[in-house]
Amino acid sequence: MQTQTASPASPPAEPEHGAIRVDGVTRRFGAVTAIERLSLTVRAGEVVAVVGPSGCGKSTLLELVCGLAAPDAGRVEAGPAALMPQRDLLLPWASALDNAALGLRLRGASKAAARAAAAPVFAQFGLTGFERSRPAALSGGMRQRVAFLRTLLAGKPILCLDEPFAALDALSRAEMQAWLAEALAREPRTVLLVTHDVEEAVLLADRVAVMAPRPGRIVAEITVAPPRPRVATDPAIVALRSRAIEALAAGARGPDGAAP
Amino acid sequence: MIAALLALGLVGLWQLYAGVGGVDDLILPAPSEIATALWTDRELLWDNFVVTAGEVALGIAAALALGFACAVAMHFSRSVRRATYPLLVASQAIPVVIVAPLLVVWLGFGIGPKVAIIAVICFFPITVTTLDALGRVDRDTMKLLRTLDATRWGAFRFAEAPAALPAALSGAKIAVAVAVIGAVFAEYAGSSEGLGHLILQAIPQLETARAWAAVVVLAAFAVALFYALDWAQRLLVPWTRTERTS
Repeated sequence: MQTQTASPASPPAEPEHGAIRVDGVTRRFGAVTAIERLSLTVRAGEVVAVVGPSGCGKSTLLELVCGLAAPDAGRVEAGPAALMPQRDLLLPWASALDNAALGLRLRGASKAAARAAAAPVFAQFGLTGFERSRPAALSGGMRQRVAFLRTLLAGKPILCLDEPFAALDALSRAEMQAWLAEALAREPRTVLLVTHDVEEAVLLADRVAVMAPRPGRIVAEITVAPPRPRVATDPAIVALRSRAIEALAAGARGPDGAAP
Repeated sequence: MIAALLALGLVGLWQLYAGVGGVDDLILPAPSEIATALWTDRELLWDNFVVTAGEVALGIAAALALGFACAVAMHFSRSVRRATYPLLVASQAIPVVIVAPLLVVWLGFGIGPKVAIIAVICFFPITVTTLDALGRVDRDTMKLLRTLDATRWGAFRFAEAPAALPAALSGAKIAVAVAVIGAVFAEYAGSSEGLGHLILQAIPQLETARAWAAVVVLAAFAVALFYALDWAQRLLVPWTRTERTS
């Protein structure tokens, strides 16, 4: 449904809808506390990366923001959010184009209208010629791009991306990070990006939230100021990356190691 | 090819046994005699085959519709599932041989009771395989659909139904062999045509070879139907790698 003529400076659709406020949230699974008293605020149009070791409750945080689960304590306020899960979860029987347009179909658009809306974006993501291919015929990077398009075309002001590029090889991952940065420049959204790749976090995000496990909580927030496009070898980026890694290590040692 | 060789070998053994073993050909005709009967009685066999084939095809179609609908109802409502599952299993314990004549009294001598009997026998494997497939739809996929504002119906239409379709066809493949047996029993119970009726008539007339010829036609029909469903499955659901049957 999005028009692709928007200039890079155009604001997100509904600023007040695009904000996320997680306030003192606790979420338990039986005896295990996945997240404890976690607070995080994301402004509309901001890109926040959440990094942390596996099992620190990153995915749980996304589920809470997407409204797929309710917190046991605390409050979650977020506008409509679309989830891009870790596995692409493309429907094996549907073509790439129909997979990308799934959100439109689910909201009642006809098959023709949904395809017409999704088709122009296909070219921007280098998927021209693969509209009718089934997911099994696509490469890993292409599948991720289709899954990202499905999330984008859902038309929600907030995108929750759960380790979107974790399964890709280094080259495809760098390529996908470029696609994502471009797409967000074209059409800004609020993004909550969960990743375990610190470099990816500082390349893509305005701010990096560092989580520590058992129970999951945020131990540091690092603002990433350098302008885009960013390169991994930029000294400022390298320095931020080291800071994030230190914060991760401190978080893993225990609550005393927490740095601002 | 290897299937044809195996069949040929078995037929050869049978021919040998019938020739050397000294079995009365009224009790066990040799394959050559059955082949002769297949040829000389071809019109009789064909006319009756058309009747039985119609019954089986309609019965399986009815079973597919019924089985799929049952599975969907049971999938959507836990109470429906709890209430009906034992009944469905019990329905499979009904001795068809005994109930068939009652159905004939009830529904008449036409095609109705035959289709009903075949459908009752066949819908169970279809329901079970379909229900399992509906339950196995990835939980993460269902979560994803929720974030895409899917209604319950939308989730069914776009994710669950396409996932369940190959399972329903697998169930139908399982049901094919029993469908043919069901058709024969249904015709035994009261019929003036069909291969089951032909067998029932041929035996007291000491036309054993004709009865066996009818059995051969029935078996060939079951095999053809199985592969037809296999083919339909590949055509309708090409995204699944179904277990190869060829």
